[in-house]
Amino acid sequence: MTLPLFFFYLFAIIAVGSAFMVISAKNPVHAVLFLILTFFNASGLFMLAGAEFLALILIVVYVGAVAVLFLFVVMMLDVDFASLRQGFLQHAPIGVVVGIIFLLELLMVAGSFVVSPEVTSAAVLPMDGVDNIRAIGQVLYTRYVFLFQSAAAVLLVAMIGAIVLTLRHKSNVKRQDPIKQVGRRPSETLEVVKVKSGQGL
Amino acid sequence: MDFILAALDYLLGIPVLGWGMQVGFVYKALLLLVSLLVFTAFILLAERKIWAAVQMRRGPNVVGPFGLLQSFADLIKFALKEPIIPGGADKILFLLAPLLTATLALTGWVVVPLEPGLAIADINLGILYLLAISSLGVYGVIIGGWASNSKYPFLGSLRAAAQMVSYEVSIGLVIITVLLCVGSLNLSDIVTAQQEMGLANMIGLPQLTFLNWFWLPLFPMFVIFYISALAETNRPPFDFAEGESELVAGFMTEYSATPYMLFMLGEYISILLMCAMITILFLGGWTSPIDLLPFIWIPGVVWFVVKLSLVFFMFAMAKTIVPRYRYDQLMRIGWKLFLPLSFGMVIIVAFVLQLTGCGWHGGMA
Repeated sequence: MTLPLFFFYLFAIIAVGSAFMVISAKNPVHAVLFLILTFFNASGLFMLAGAEFLALILIVVYVGAVAVLFLFVVMMLDVDFASLRQGFLQHAPIGVVVGIIFLLELLMVAGSFVVSPEVTSAAVLPMDGVDNIRAIGQVLYTRYVFLFQSAAAVLLVAMIGAIVLTLRHKSNVKRQDPIKQVGRRPSETLEVVKVKSGQGL
Repeated sequence: MDFILAALDYLLGIPVLGWGMQVGFVYKALLLLVSLLVFTAFILLAERKIWAAVQMRRGPNVVGPFGLLQSFADLIKFALKEPIIPGGADKILFLLAPLLTATLALTGWVVVPLEPGLAIADINLGILYLLAISSLGVYGVIIGGWASNSKYPFLGSLRAAAQMVSYEVSIGLVIITVLLCVGSLNLSDIVTAQQEMGLANMIGLPQLTFLNWFWLPLFPMFVIFYISALAETNRPPFDFAEGESELVAGFMTEYSATPYMLFMLGEYISILLMCAMITILFLGGWTSPIDLLPFIWIPGVVWFVVKLSLVFFMFAMAKTIVPRYRYDQLMRIGWKLFLPLSFGMVIIVAFVLQLTGCGWHGGMA
């Protein structure tokens, strides 16, 4: 048993354990924190598999940004879990069916290595002396450039859609224009008036 | 048993497997940890002295000569006081948050090269690792604010979350412009690239190394990174997470004694990490500013620390001089000013590099 194997089991056990805790934790904030722990251990597994770029991107994107927003929302929601659990038995069969389908598909993906052994050789890119990120770049921006661009377009549409859905122009809201504020001059707004005492304006 | 032996060899440097003598991982890490903590203690004192000088006070001057031991006195005081945990607090998370902040801040220092070869882990994706670690810093703040079960900490942590997530974007884009010029994500490579190319080499005066560094060609990015680093570490003028005029002490309101100290420690170590990032990305890391005799005798570590302290001086001066921003203005400059600016610079830098054929291409030419 070597050191990487030891760390593999460590990461894997924590990942599975915390993934279980995500669905069993009573407090939604705890659940999100366990989800973050799962992401973290998944990135540890990526690191062990030699995909260091993927591992770090997983941390930057999922843990550093997406999960923060999850946490953000969950902390602000006042979720009553007693009422959420009431329909549990009602929805349980659907959940079980979806779970079984998902499990079977996962097994099929993992089993493809057994069914057709030539898949294994395709999974490893024959790139010696090229580091991870360079290898990804060489494939992503040449062979898959159209897929990459269309994925970016889809994300752009989603982003614009989110903005359109939430942007509201109210007529009675006073908005600030910092350029106008900074550009104000005393001569335009101030008037010095000499008032004789006892006379008023 | 085999992996225990391997671990012994790797961590403690006991060559049980006959892999040859190497300095154990643990010793290196301990050395870095201790020197970092001592450095933080003095940098804290230096910061207080700088504020005092700006405000025409003397600053701490009682404990030890010139108050040099003030930070250690503070440490003892923090450690001996009773930590108070509020009644409604989530106890585990409440104590986990400061630990997380301090640990994550220290973890980032693993990849920082103080001199050629003098990093605990000189990994290929060093800068991405630093970005990942600094993006995790927000968790200590959010968890601490939520676990306190109190209004002001909660508001503070919400502000901090939004602020840190927004400024990460511009920091990431600034890093991308530097990476375009270097062609490698290794921190040592970034410093080496600043030695081997640049303005000084172009005009035929390779002795003036400081003209080679990226602060000159990427000056707008340097400024954006500096301001974003202030916002990312919740430093004044962007310290809304703990703005005392609005939120008592923000996410740290309920903290006392050692947990509070860990928060402060983590904050300052991550500030130093940001200073180190600026030093590496824009100020040439360990290289001496002038490549002539009296200067190149000074070891690289000293130059690194001098530059880091200089950047920290800029951080401290920003705290003393600049008044606190308003929260919506902070978000405005983050999203409406820095994001388009740095996007534009990424495109411009990429165009210039492509058209002129400049750039270091990861040392592969």
